Amino acid sequence: MPSSVPLSWYLILSAILFGLGVAGFVVRRNIITVFMSIELMLNAVNLSFIAFSYQLRQVDGHIFSFFVMVVAAAEAAVGLAIILTVFKNRATLAIDDVSSLKN
Amino acid sequence: MEHLWLIPALPLAGFALNGTVGKRLPQIAVSLIAVAMPVLSFLWVLKTLSSLGSLETAYIERYFTWIESGALNIGVDFMVDRLTAVMLLVVTGIGSLIHLYAVGYMAHEGGYYRFFAYLNLFMFFMLTLVLGANYLLMFVGWEGVGLCSYLLIGFYFVRKSAADAAKKAFIVNRIGDFGYTLALFLMFVQFGSLDFGKVFAAVAPMPVEHSAGLLTAIALLLFVGATGKSAQIPLYVWLPDAMEGPTPVSALIHAATMVTAGVYMVARSAVIYQHAPLAMEVVAIIGLLTAVLAATIGITQYDIKKVFAYSTVSQLGYMFLACGVGAFAAGIYHVVTHAFFKALLFLGAGSVIHALEGEQDLRQMGGLRKKIPITFAVLCCAWVAIAGIPPFAGYFSKDEILLAAHHHHPWMYWVGVVTAAMTAFYVSRAMFLCFFGQYRGHHHPHESPFIMWGPLAVLAALSLFGGWYFKVPNYLAPLFPLAEGGHEMALVAISVAAGVLGIGVAYVLYVVKPGLADSIASALGGFYKLVYNKYLVDELYDAAVVRPIVHGSRSLLWRVVDVGLIDGCVNGTATLARGVGGVLRAFQSGNIRNYAAWVTLGSVAVLVVLGIAVGGAR
Repeated sequence: MPSSVPLSWYLILSAILFGLGVAGFVVRRNIITVFMSIELMLNAVNLSFIAFSYQLRQVDGHIFSFFVMVVAAAEAAVGLAIILTVFKNRATLAIDDVSSLKN
Repeated sequence: MEHLWLIPALPLAGFALNGTVGKRLPQIAVSLIAVAMPVLSFLWVLKTLSSLGSLETAYIERYFTWIESGALNIGVDFMVDRLTAVMLLVVTGIGSLIHLYAVGYMAHEGGYYRFFAYLNLFMFFMLTLVLGANYLLMFVGWEGVGLCSYLLIGFYFVRKSAADAAKKAFIVNRIGDFGYTLALFLMFVQFGSLDFGKVFAAVAPMPVEHSAGLLTAIALLLFVGATGKSAQIPLYVWLPDAMEGPTPVSALIHAATMVTAGVYMVARSAVIYQHAPLAMEVVAIIGLLTAVLAATIGITQYDIKKVFAYSTVSQLGYMFLACGVGAFAAGIYHVVTHAFFKALLFLGAGSVIHALEGEQDLRQMGGLRKKIPITFAVLCCAWVAIAGIPPFAGYFSKDEILLAAHHHHPWMYWVGVVTAAMTAFYVSRAMFLCFFGQYRGHHHPHESPFIMWGPLAVLAALSLFGGWYFKVPNYLAPLFPLAEGGHEMALVAISVAAGVLGIGVAYVLYVVKPGLADSIASALGGFYKLVYNKYLVDELYDAAVVRPIVHGSRSLLWRVVDVGLIDGCVNGTATLARGVGGVLRAFQSGNIRNYAAWVTLGSVAVLVVLGIAVGGAR
């Protein structure tokens, strides 16, 4: 990473990625897209962790990002399993149709 | 050790046996247990008294500490002195006879084992009351006999009148107990103990209170308790209703023993009363008033048990008159003789009722002396005894009381004599209506079995000779010194003449000219109706006490406090939760993107607030 790139750029990129994730999460109806939006948000946060870690010359941010990756992997496994089951039972991936808990 | 505890423990064992397994036992076994226990208790009393000898001083057995809390130390202690001895003999002796009688009387009743379990439990509590060596232990017995009285009045609990009478007895007694407990508190605050020995030792050196003071207050509060238990004005109203119970219960509890507990308690507290002449005066006047009032009501009643119930109230009034004028020994003497002849009257009435298959109305009787001669014979013994004909039981004790009353205030003697005449009159009236003239009912009277008239015969002998044989005042002389001065023959003659006059008038009115009584009654008109309706006291209490409480409970406590305040709080909490929930529910759309939007908005809001806060801090 060239040192000439200032920290703020990373943070702005991270914010843009996070914002896209949020927008996708709120707007999209397909469960898989929503799921990918969550991954995007997590990685946006990872990016800012790494950037701070580099800037401050501390290893904490790296560790944090590894944790986030572990959680993301676990979440992906569980989430995809849920999505598969939902599709098997409902034959749909539209998130608005999966609201039977309400009643 | 004389093992005094065995005296109440034996009936308690009977209660425990019959109360638990009595239902599965054959009737003969239930009867055997129920009768054996009081009899054994009686024998143990005899054995104890013979080995204790003359009992010049009290004999006390201390078992264990019951309550220890700060300065309060209550022990389970039993005490026997001559007063206790008299009461023990009456309770276990008469009690055994009545248990025996009840075996015959209750033979065909349902709940046989239950009846005897209660009766034995009553014996236990009554003996605890008599034996207890402190006021609290006495109170245990006092409450216990009240409980048994309640249970036995309401023995036929499917009958509403019986259930109501039981509740009435219980509640009226609570009022009296309120006074008793207040007296206990006062005593403890003042003397630091409830032990008879310690309290009396503390009271004895105190000066006699000629104006109202602490001892007067204690004495009067104790007497409030006695008016409840012993059916005196103003709390006598429960006793006539208590006749709803089976007749042996009326004889044992509501004539011979429990109702005399108040007299025993006053006599036991004689030291306190002697220091409070004002309280003594109140006791005497209440007793006298009760005696007169109840006797007049007794004259007008047609239910044979009601007549005897009012007679009991009246005779209890005599006993309190005796205590009030300072003749405690005479009061206890009358307790004893009254136990003989009143138990006999009730059991005899029970025998009549038994013969007539449940008929209690004197107007449906008549001419029974040929049909049930044994019952007639024994009732005659009770008759002469209660009428005060010498030398039978009632004569001795009643004369002692009247002479003491004359010594105190002559007018009390004269009122007492008039009451004696009325007593003789109403008992004679009941006897004449029941046994003379023509039979007016339509049952087929039959004589009672031996197991019933056997005890009656013993009581008859006691009614005839008990007063002459058992000189209670002489025996009690170490506790209550005998009154000085001999019997004034003129006063004795007048009171005897009053009794004879009462019998004579009754004979004229109900045998010679049977129509005359009714025409006198109608001539008296309104007054007769007033007396016949028991001076409308029940109605008065109903209007003055019961209804205000019921209405107050209904309109204020129920509609305002309960429904408004308590229910309001509970319902208000629920309504609040529902209202808040109603608002919050709108957020729970079940749509996951909706939630996501809220999460996003929330995070943005947090960020904005943080930004403002950090920016402001800078």
